Amino acid sequence: MGIKVIKGGLLTTVQDLGRKGYRKDGIIVSGAMDTLALEIGNLLLGNDAAEAGLECTLLGPKLLFETDQLVAITGGNLSPMVDDKPVKMWRPVFIPGGSVLSFGSAVAGCRSYLTVSGGFDLPKVLGSYSTYLKAGFGGYKGRALKNEDELSFKKAYEPKGGVFNWSVGLQLYPEFNDNEIRVMKGPEYELFTGQSIAALFNEYYMITKEADRMGYRLEGAALLLTEPKEMLSSAVTFGTIQVTSNGAAILLMADHQTTGGYPRILQVITADLTKLAQMRSGQQIRFKLVTLAEARQAMLHTEMQLKQLKQTITLKQI
Amino acid sequence: MKTVEPIQYYPLGDNAIVIQLGNEISESIQHHISSICSFLEDYSFEGLIEYVPAFTSITIFYDALVTDYGGVQSLLEEMLQEIMEGIEEEEAPIVEIPVLYGGTQGPDLSYVANHAGISEAEVIALHTAGEYLVYMIGFAPGFPYLGGLNEKIAVPRKETPRGKIAAGAVGIAGAQTGIYPIETPGGWQIIGQTPLKLFDVERQPPALLKAGNKLRFVAISAAEFEKIKRQSDGD
Repeated sequence: MGIKVIKGGLLTTVQDLGRKGYRKDGIIVSGAMDTLALEIGNLLLGNDAAEAGLECTLLGPKLLFETDQLVAITGGNLSPMVDDKPVKMWRPVFIPGGSVLSFGSAVAGCRSYLTVSGGFDLPKVLGSYSTYLKAGFGGYKGRALKNEDELSFKKAYEPKGGVFNWSVGLQLYPEFNDNEIRVMKGPEYELFTGQSIAALFNEYYMITKEADRMGYRLEGAALLLTEPKEMLSSAVTFGTIQVTSNGAAILLMADHQTTGGYPRILQVITADLTKLAQMRSGQQIRFKLVTLAEARQAMLHTEMQLKQLKQTITLKQI
Repeated sequence: MKTVEPIQYYPLGDNAIVIQLGNEISESIQHHISSICSFLEDYSFEGLIEYVPAFTSITIFYDALVTDYGGVQSLLEEMLQEIMEGIEEEEAPIVEIPVLYGGTQGPDLSYVANHAGISEAEVIALHTAGEYLVYMIGFAPGFPYLGGLNEKIAVPRKETPRGKIAAGAVGIAGAQTGIYPIETPGGWQIIGQTPLKLFDVERQPPALLKAGNKLRFVAISAAEFEKIKRQSDGD
């Protein structure tokens, strides 16, 4: 009762909303790069928000469903297909046993999430299903999926007799064609030259080829400190933008280390992490400065929409 | 107890607040940070997710859907007042780290000895004589940033990092000494190996050390190494 992996894809990992409470032990949070997409995927199936899903990156996997299952595919559009026929995203999809789910070209975004009704049957490690690739634990055997792997479902699919024709109104999920990323000042923002700060908001910064789950190295006008400063390591988080000693910006993503020793010039607001998670190498970013209050407002707005979606889905299930 | 510089609070994004206590590494500041951590362990508050102690700061992650920056800051200010009044100079218990020095476990011991112009035995004597303070955990699961290395045995990193360093490797890099908790590439000069697991997902807490711990290295024989390793693998 589960999935057999025919092809692992470029980087397919099991992720949930992250491993919380262990940063002080040097254990990274991990979790989905695009937590909003994963959350919506779970919501669509009536799952607990903390269930794990598969994060598929650019070149998705090829998966044989051994038994019937209800799934949802959310996030970036990697052209999902069931037995070579295109299948809709952002809604529950019934997959008959014996069918193969595969992915084609990346049409929009770069990370797609597969959730299954009831979730995957995996052991939680330190309270989370997320894969910690570097330390080799969590998720599926602490690594990305490979050919021949087998993943079990927590429960068999039970037809409820109803129709599952709901889908997500996409105003909740950001558009990919917009490259504006909202940021707050980072703790060391004031230590940078006026010229650097001006460049930061008037010029584009490009995501280089060095971009993975740990972080994106950006290319753009150099960011310089007004005077050299010896930094002591301190906490960093998802969305922190650090500046290395040669003036290059590094944007930290879901697999960031718990602490860092570079000045933190900016911090991407929570509400825009989804957009960032779906950006690829070569894409340009334009930063827009907002206040803490605005950042919080944007976060609450997303949360309110999620709540509404949950209510709609619950109503339809009745 | 010596008071620290005025305490600063600032946000790290929209769901974390940093408490900054000065800007220099000191045992006194570390002690204050550890006291705040212990307090948060004992008295959580609504919306607290987790905290990350570092050299001169402690970052507190909160659930912004439950509370907000202002609310957390005033709560922390109140807490800190109480904590600062109650801080006492107390000796942290010392954790002993058994180490098998030299040989295949410590391939760079001779390099360190040559660099320092002393014998290998003297390197071991200096390394085991020190008392080290864990300032913070970071970089890798359970990796301690230690203060207290004798400057005589401070050596630069290897020019070419090794592709693979075993978990438990004890090394020196510049003025720092440390222990690798998991197998990883690295440029430290490796002088020995501990049979203890610095990090174990099956253990609670998973990290052997935490910020504020004091530790000492103890030289052991190959036979003792095997014995301790069997014990720590078995539990």
